[in-house]
Amino acid sequence: MTLAYLLRRLGAIVIVLAIVTLAVFGITMVLPGNAALMILGEHSTPDSLAAMERLLGLDRPVWVQYGSWVWGVLHGDFGMSLRLSLPVAKVVGDAFWNSAWLALIALVGVTVIAIPLGALAALKRGSAWDLVIGFFSYVGTAMPEFVTATLLLILLASPEWPLFPAGGFVAPSENMAGFLRHVILPAGTLGLILMAHISRQVRSEMADVLSSEYVRAARLKGLRGRRVVWRHALPNAMAPAVAVISLDIGYLLGGIIVVEEIFAWPGLGRTLIYALQNRDLPVIQAITLVLAVVYALSNLLADIVIAWLDPRVRHA
Amino acid sequence: MRDVLRNPVGVVGLVLLTIVIGAALFGPWLAPYDPQLFHARSRLQGPSAEFWLGTDQYGRDLMSRILHGAPSTVFFGLGATALGVGVGSVIGVVAGVAGGKIDSIIMRVLDGLLAMPELLFTLLIVTFLGGGTTQAMLAVAVTFAPGMARIARSSVLSVRTREYVMAAIARGESRAWIVGREVLPNAVGPIIVEATIRVSFAIMIGATLGFLGLGAQPPSTEWGLMVAEARQFMFRNPWCVVVPGVAIAITAMGFNLFGDALRDAFDPKRNRS
Repeated sequence: MTLAYLLRRLGAIVIVLAIVTLAVFGITMVLPGNAALMILGEHSTPDSLAAMERLLGLDRPVWVQYGSWVWGVLHGDFGMSLRLSLPVAKVVGDAFWNSAWLALIALVGVTVIAIPLGALAALKRGSAWDLVIGFFSYVGTAMPEFVTATLLLILLASPEWPLFPAGGFVAPSENMAGFLRHVILPAGTLGLILMAHISRQVRSEMADVLSSEYVRAARLKGLRGRRVVWRHALPNAMAPAVAVISLDIGYLLGGIIVVEEIFAWPGLGRTLIYALQNRDLPVIQAITLVLAVVYALSNLLADIVIAWLDPRVRHA
Repeated sequence: MRDVLRNPVGVVGLVLLTIVIGAALFGPWLAPYDPQLFHARSRLQGPSAEFWLGTDQYGRDLMSRILHGAPSTVFFGLGATALGVGVGSVIGVVAGVAGGKIDSIIMRVLDGLLAMPELLFTLLIVTFLGGGTTQAMLAVAVTFAPGMARIARSSVLSVRTREYVMAAIARGESRAWIVGREVLPNAVGPIIVEATIRVSFAIMIGATLGFLGLGAQPPSTEWGLMVAEARQFMFRNPWCVVVPGVAIAITAMGFNLFGDALRDAFDPKRNRS
């Protein structure tokens, strides 16, 4: 893990982002109806359309438009939203923090619960614990977010017995308790699915490590069981688990789209669906870029953590 | 196959798959009522002798709607996966066999496409194509292709330097013969395993698109759409969202479990579960 390695990875990320933005730009370019038509509506005259296209710079060649968009983004200017008459940076910026809170709470909550559960299942292989955790993780991965969300709503937010609000958002700066009450169901939905995934992975890694030579050696040396698990087995099972968590961030970024839509959470996902429905092209482009950046950086972060956990990778 | 059946995970998966595929093939004939028929006097009812799984907000029989929705839901998953796996495998095999510059260009582009979360990519393509079942299926297929291409490429690469391929090269066999007879048959295992598990993702994404109103359109009996339509009434009759939801989960779980068992059967080292 040297500086040169980090720089090389960052370089690769820049190339990947260039491809992502080109692809998204390409898709939004060929969407039926351009931005001028979106602003003026269906009944606009050809003259006014042409004038608006000139105003927005849509009459320029596509690569010039792409270049000026990239130039703007590099200077923090994402353009104006076509629907909300607000700068895209403001719309997406606010949504970004709301989503970040939701994703972070789901991820941290899950990691804290799933890793011990997976380890427990591996330690008590074949026991009732193992079966229950295994069954639960298969069910969890087989349910799309909207099904999990709907089931949670029926159980915990029904009008007769409303433990939690069925949707909405309170800013944490205004009312922390209100924020927490609102975040539990959406974060729980994301968490249940992630938990299934991560605990299963930890279990299988842990089972591998427990049957390895060095754990046997540690046992034969006469170390206590707890010390073997904590000091020898778990650290070695962690690196692959972190790899899975980093893959799951990609899932999480997709999952928030549906979950935010269901629970009316004003984050990137809900904004994206609004933008897609209304063909708000600058907002679509900005959100896609943000999600791709977060995904790429979290993968890099995961690789650094894996290297830190595994000395063999660290010195390679 | 025998290895799959020796594994309890595989047996459960196979049982679920049999039920689901049976429902997909024969469901429409087994359904007791017309799935679009309104029973105005018995709306939003729980299960009864007359309506085994209850009724929805128009009094349509849920059992009949689930059985009629089975073919479209299951074949959506199979179709989207087959398309995505087919296209992806061709790209991956080309990259793996060609090597060199072609390989690195293809891989760079795939990396770019894989840098987007799957659902986001699918949503973009569906918006581009316009909503509807066929469009949703194409979108899922396009989303799957880059990941499949990667797996196909890496399994081709792992086979390419084996002795039997070297022997074929030394014998002076043609390139097409080597790819068709030596490389592909040995590289196909991981592709099949991944494809089986992907069917469950395809079914879940398809249902999610239906739920968001971007896939199948009313009055279709697609399961995701059924959940979306009944959501307003879910507190009055939970059955009308729970029944399609559980149906989706059972189907996805069947393909998932079966795929896991297949993976273990293909790879004896991974015999853990």
